[in-house]
Amino acid sequence: MTKTSGPIGTAEAPQAPAALDPLDELTLLAAIRRGDQAACERLVQLYSPRLMSVARRLLGNEEDARDALQDAFISAFRGIAAFNGQSRLSTWLHRIVINSALMKLRSRRRRPEQSIETLLPTFLETGQHSEHFVEWLATGEVAMHQGQVKRLVRESIDRLPEIYRTVLLLRDIEELDTQETAQLLGVTPVTVKVRLHRARQALRTLLDAHLRGDS
Amino acid sequence: MTCREFAEFLSDYVEGRLAPAVLVEFERHLAECPNCVSYLQNYQETIALGRAAFTELDAVVPREVPDDLVRAILQAIGRPPFSR
Repeated sequence: MTKTSGPIGTAEAPQAPAALDPLDELTLLAAIRRGDQAACERLVQLYSPRLMSVARRLLGNEEDARDALQDAFISAFRGIAAFNGQSRLSTWLHRIVINSALMKLRSRRRRPEQSIETLLPTFLETGQHSEHFVEWLATGEVAMHQGQVKRLVRESIDRLPEIYRTVLLLRDIEELDTQETAQLLGVTPVTVKVRLHRARQALRTLLDAHLRGDS
Repeated sequence: MTCREFAEFLSDYVEGRLAPAVLVEFERHLAECPNCVSYLQNYQETIALGRAAFTELDAVVPREVPDDLVRAILQAIGRPPFSR
């Protein structure tokens, strides 16, 4: 019987350029505030790769990610005088690019979406599931290369209705906490929790046909 | 606890947030319902796969972004001091 109540997930962190230590961040910040153009360029060079990956994950395409990254840096440099150092510079930039990507998402023309309801489990009047579930094969046992599984998962996440996909990405991929996610999205923490749970259930449904042990 | 109620508690369970009394009922249901055991396994695996989905080679953070993008950003931000 499966039994766990702790945090799960064994994802490897994406590789990233060596991050500045806190002292180096403060030194760079001070130089930027003095008007050092080279320091500004260094900030952009240093953090663009990681921030571009974040934008790309949220927006799903290179062009929108580039726009969001550019807008994020404009916003960051305009606000850098007021940055109070309560968080790491890298964390502050991470939040700015997420906000920029979310604004880009809101400006997009909405594409037709499948209702989340069709992807959620259904129940009998007794409260029992109406469907029979089977444990999934371990990744190494499915008839797909691990890279194909990851591509399947990304494509399935992309099929989720946007408000659910966004919460899933912010909570499970970007690892923001519930409160932060709620603030960024302008919703309550309860709404975040409900959407995250539904997103996970819907993603399960989309993956099930490919991963179930009796397929 | 019904399967419907069990499903509603899944997110709190995997994040270790279930109240003790609810956890007892949750685990009792797990012991009695093989279907929910499978569903829980699927749910946990879904979370793990989601987190791992962006670590593929082409999603790995590159050491650099294209020069034209860096130039475009630097041009857009202008020169210091930066005004709001």
